[in-house]
Amino acid sequence: MARTLKLRIWRGNAESGALQDVTVNANDGEVVLDVIHRVQAEQMNDLAVRWNCKAGKCGSCSMEINGKPRLACMTQVGSFEPEETITVTPLRAFPVIKDLVTDVSFNYKKAMEVPAFEPPVGMKPGEPRMQQIDVERSQEFRKCIECFLCQDTCHVIRDHEENKKSFAGPRFFIRIAELDMHPLDILRNRKKTAQEEHGLGMCNITKCCTEVCPEHIRITDNAIIPMKERVVDEKYDPLRWLGSVIRKREGIL
Amino acid sequence: MAKSETGVFSAGRAEIAERTLRTDKWWLQPLTIFSVLVAFIIYATFRAFENAHYYASPLISPFYSPCLGKCVPGSSLLGSPFLNFHIFGFATFSPALFILIFPLGFRMTCYYYRKSYYRSFWMSPPACAVAEPHSKYTGETRAPLILQNSHRYFFYIGLIFNVLLTIDAILAFRNGDGQWGHMSIGTVVLLANATFLWLYSASCHTCRHTIGGRLRNFSAHPIRYKAWTIVSALNHKHQNFAWISLLGVAFADFYVRLVSMHPGLNHYFF
Amino acid sequence: MSTSLERHKYDVVIVGAGGAGLRAAVEAREAGLKVAILCKSLFGKAHTVMAEGGAAASMGNANSNDNWMVHFRDTMRGGKFLNHYRMAELHAKESPDRIWELEMWGALFDRTKEGKISQRNFGGHEYPRLAHVGDRTGLELIRTMQQRIVALQQKDKRDHGDAESFIKVFAEFTVTEVLKENGKVAGVYGYYRENGHEALFEAPAVILATGGVGKTFKITSNSWEGTGDGHALALKAGGNLVDMEFLQFHPTGMVWPPSVRGILVTESVRGEGGILTNSLGERFMFKYIPDVFKDKYADNEAEADRWYTDQDNNRRPPELLPRDEVARAINSEVKAGRGTEHGGVFLDVSKRLSAEVIKKRLPSMWHQFYELAGVDITKEAMEVGPTCHYVMGGVEVEPDTAAAVGVPGLFAAGECAGGMHGSNRLGGNSLSDLLVFGRRAGMGAAAYVKQTTATPVSEATVAAAAKKVEAPFTRTGGENPYALHQELQEVTHNLVGIIRTKKELQEAIDKIADLRTRIANVTVTGDRTFNPGFHLSFDLDNMLLIAESTAKSAIVREESRGGHTRDDFPGMNAEWRQKNNISSFNGSEVVVRQQKLPELTKELFDLFDVHELEKYMTPAEISKGGSN
Repeated sequence: MARTLKLRIWRGNAESGALQDVTVNANDGEVVLDVIHRVQAEQMNDLAVRWNCKAGKCGSCSMEINGKPRLACMTQVGSFEPEETITVTPLRAFPVIKDLVTDVSFNYKKAMEVPAFEPPVGMKPGEPRMQQIDVERSQEFRKCIECFLCQDTCHVIRDHEENKKSFAGPRFFIRIAELDMHPLDILRNRKKTAQEEHGLGMCNITKCCTEVCPEHIRITDNAIIPMKERVVDEKYDPLRWLGSVIRKREGIL
Repeated sequence: MAKSETGVFSAGRAEIAERTLRTDKWWLQPLTIFSVLVAFIIYATFRAFENAHYYASPLISPFYSPCLGKCVPGSSLLGSPFLNFHIFGFATFSPALFILIFPLGFRMTCYYYRKSYYRSFWMSPPACAVAEPHSKYTGETRAPLILQNSHRYFFYIGLIFNVLLTIDAILAFRNGDGQWGHMSIGTVVLLANATFLWLYSASCHTCRHTIGGRLRNFSAHPIRYKAWTIVSALNHKHQNFAWISLLGVAFADFYVRLVSMHPGLNHYFF
Repeated sequence: MSTSLERHKYDVVIVGAGGAGLRAAVEAREAGLKVAILCKSLFGKAHTVMAEGGAAASMGNANSNDNWMVHFRDTMRGGKFLNHYRMAELHAKESPDRIWELEMWGALFDRTKEGKISQRNFGGHEYPRLAHVGDRTGLELIRTMQQRIVALQQKDKRDHGDAESFIKVFAEFTVTEVLKENGKVAGVYGYYRENGHEALFEAPAVILATGGVGKTFKITSNSWEGTGDGHALALKAGGNLVDMEFLQFHPTGMVWPPSVRGILVTESVRGEGGILTNSLGERFMFKYIPDVFKDKYADNEAEADRWYTDQDNNRRPPELLPRDEVARAINSEVKAGRGTEHGGVFLDVSKRLSAEVIKKRLPSMWHQFYELAGVDITKEAMEVGPTCHYVMGGVEVEPDTAAAVGVPGLFAAGECAGGMHGSNRLGGNSLSDLLVFGRRAGMGAAAYVKQTTATPVSEATVAAAAKKVEAPFTRTGGENPYALHQELQEVTHNLVGIIRTKKELQEAIDKIADLRTRIANVTVTGDRTFNPGFHLSFDLDNMLLIAESTAKSAIVREESRGGHTRDDFPGMNAEWRQKNNISSFNGSEVVVRQQKLPELTKELFDLFDVHELEKYMTPAEISKGGSN
C-alpha cells in the first residue's frame, strides 16, 4: 500500500547547507534508503547518498535519521508514525562532502595506526590449530561491517574535534581487542599502546557505540571494558607490578 | 552557554543549528536515573549520620554492618576497633562512616554506574547523539577520573562485605533473644539483600575479567572458561543487578529502621 | 584541463577492491611492484562481503578423502563441462593454500574439534569443503585482505618512510577507460566520485577485478556496483568476453517490497511446505509437471499435502520440481498476466506451518525479511520471482597468468573473468576463485611488468578520454539516466531472463540497439560533486554492452545448459559443449563468434568415469580420450 511520506533531507556541502522538505511516495515494507532513492530518481537527480549492498552487510549507507546514527537500509519507513516527518542528515561527527555523504577518511587513518596481526615466527600456513572457544571472542569483533556509526556517535570525537588526534574510537578498540584476544597474535604491547597511543582512557564507557551498532557487537562490554581491565593489569595494578618485580629478581621471568 | 565552535558545530561538518535532531524522549532516561540516584544519596546520607535505629536484634542494617565504632550492644559482629575513634573531638562518630566508603567506592567505580552518572549528572553525553555542554573532554586519562582504574580493589573489598552481610542474614535466623531456628520477614529482607549483592558482584566486569576474561586461550583452562561463561551471562544483567541491589540495600536499611522503632512489625513465620 | 590534470605513475593499476582485486594487490606488492587500487566504493565495501556460504577448498579437514581431483571433478560437473579445464584444475589445486595463508594474515575461520578449519557441506560438492565463518565468510575474506594491505603499508612506512609508497588505495574512483598506446596497455583514466575531478594513471599493467553484472537486470541480489565495468572496459580495450549467456538466476528471489528485492528465498522454504500461487489464487505448479516427472510428483493438492506427513505413499508436491522447472512455471504465469503487480508470484509458507515451526525451521529467512522489510513470513505470503545472482561469463583470460587474451598488459580475475565456472558455478567456488586467480593475476602482472617497458600515454589519448568524461554535461535534451536504466532492466528481465526464446532474444537485441542511440545522448543535471546521475551515465554504457553481449550470445547458443535455458532448445547439445561464444566490440556493436573450447588433457580426462563423460561429450571425443 502506497502512502505519502514527508521527508526532510539535509542538502549542502562543507561550506553551507540546510534541511529541505520533500514529499514522496512510499510503500509498505520499504526502508528509508528506498525512499531516498525515489527522491533521487524523481526529484533530486544529483542527491548524493552512499550505499552499496542494501542488505545491512556492507555498512555504506550510514546517516542520521531523526537524529540517530543508523543504516538507511535497515530503517523501515513503517517504524515511524504515519504523520511523522523523517529527518535525514549526514553523519555529524565527520566533515560533510555533499548532502548525505561524509568524508570518513579519519577512520582509515586510524586503521593504519593499529599495528597489524603478527603470527608466531616460523609458523607455516596450514599449521595453526585453534579451538572454537578461543576464536569466538575475536570473531564477534570481526563481524564489524565498518559502518562507522560507533565512531560517529562517540561523543569523545563527535563533540570534541580536537580529540581526533589522540583517540582511535570504538571501531578500533574492538580491532585492538580482537588482536589482543587472537590466539595466534604475538604482539604483547597492545594493552600499553591502547592506553598510551590510541586513547582508550578517553572512553567513559557511556555505551553509545554499543547502542548504535547494527551488528549488535557488544563493543563496550566485550571489547572496551575487557581492554580497560587488561590495561589495569599492566599499568595500574601494584600487586601485579610487585609480583613481576619479585619474579624478575628471582629469575623466574 | 556560548555556541561551541567544536563538536558538531566544527567547521567542515554539516551545518545544522540543533544540538540534536532526536525526536524521541531521550532526556527521560538520564532524568529518571538522576532523580533516583539523588533520592538514594539523600536517604543514605541521612541514615549514615543518623547513628541510630540500625539494630533491632537480630537484624542489623547493611549501612552499619560490620559495626566497628561505638555500636549499639549486640550489633557488633567483629568487635569495635574504632570504639574511641574521634576527629576534632567528635567522639560519637557514626559507625556507618567507617565502612560506607567501600561499597560507595565499589559503586562509584562500577562500569555500569560510571555510564549512568556520566550521562545523567555530568551530561557527557546526556544521551547518544545529543551534544554535550562541555568544551573540553579528557575522559578517564587523568586525576581524578584515572582512579576509576581502582575498581578491582573495591571489588575485592566488596566481596568481604558480601560475606559479612551474608553472615548477618544467617544470624537473622534467630529471634530477638538470640535463639536459633526462627525466621521473620526481616530474615527474608536480609537474605534477599545479600543475594542481590552477590549477584551484583558476580556480574561485575572486573569479576568477569579476573575469573577468565584475562586469559588468551580458554581451551587450556576449561574450568575457568566455564566460570567465565556463567559470569558473562550474569554480566548481561549487570545493570539490573546494580539497581535491584541498590534499592535492596536501601530497603533493608529502611526495614531495620522501621523494626527498631516498632518491634512488633517484624512478623515471625516460626 | 590537461594542464592541471592529476597524474600518477604505477607499475600496476588494479580496478576493483573486492576479493580478487585485493588478493592481486597483495601479490603484486610482494613481487616488488608499485600498486594503485582503484575502487568505486569505500575501501572494504565490495560485494564480496555478501558471500555467505564459504570458500571451497579441498583441505580434507572434515573428510580426509577429499583432494584436488575430487574438487576438480565437482567443479567440471557443476559447469556441465564447459569450464576451461586448466582454470578448474588450478583452482582445485591451489585453493587450500589460499585459505591457509589467510590464517597467517589474521583470518579466524570456524574450527573443527581438532582445531583445524571447519568445512561445511554445500550443493554439488562431494565432501564437506567450504571453509566458513558463520554466514559472513565473504566479509572475513575482505577484511583479512584489507588488513593485510594495511600491514604491508605499515611495513612500507617503516622501511621507506611513507605508508603509501608502494600501495595506495584510491577510494570512490570510477575508471572510465583503459588506455592503450601501440596496442599495449598504458594506463587508465577516470574520475573521483566525490568531486568529479579526473585523474590519469599511467601503468604498463592493469588488472580488472570489478565483479559482476547483476545491475543489468531488474531483480538481482547484486549491489549497485555490479554494473559490469570490467567486462565493458575489457571489451572497449579490444579484449574478449567468453560465454556471456551464462548467468546464474535463482527462481525465487524477493521481488517486493523494494527493501528486499533480489534477496534469495532458499529452496528450503518450498521444502518446508511453501506453496506457489498466482494472482488468481491458483496453485499453478500442477499445470507445469513435465511428463518425465509425472510419476514422481503429485497432480492434485490433496496428495501433495499428504506428502509432507507421509512421503512413502504419496508423490511430492510440484513446488519441489527442479529449479529450472519452477523458474519456467513462474515465468509463464507472469508472462500470461497472472503474476503479481510487481512481476512475481506468491510463495506462502504461513498457511501450512505455525509461526513457531517456521521460526524454528527457517530462522534466518524469517529474521531477514522481518528485519529488513517488515514482512512476516509466518503471517503473509512472499512475492517471488527469478533473481540474477552471478555471471559465469567474463573476460577471456590465459588461465595461468590471468592475462586478457588479445590485450597485452590487461589482466582480469574474479567474477569479471570468464571460463572457470563453465555454464554454472558451484556454491563456494566464487570465494576460492577470487583468491586463486586474484593471486595469479598479481603474479601475471608482475611477470609482465618485469619484461616490458612502460609506454607513456600520449596527450591525444588523454584529451580524448577527458572529452568522454565531460560529455554527459555538454549534451542537452537527452533522457534521464535513471529512466533509461529502468528501461534497460525491463528489457533484460523480461526478454533475456531465466527462460529464453529466440523470438524474445531477437526482440531484446532490437530494443538494445534502440537504447544504444538514446543512451549515447543521456543528459545529466547538477554539477560534478558526488553526483549519482553522472555516475550512472557511465555505468549505463557498460550495462548496455553487457546486455547486448548476453543477448547475442544467448540467441546463438541453441541448447540449454547450466545458467542458460532456452525454451525452444530444452536439452544439452554435445556439439555446443565444444564451443565458447566469444564477444568482442567493433566500436559500434558487440559481435559474437564461436571458438573451440580447449580440450581436457588426458590426465584430467582419466579422472572421470567414461560413462559419465558420455552424457556430455560426442562419441568422437570419448574415443579420443583427451588431448595429446
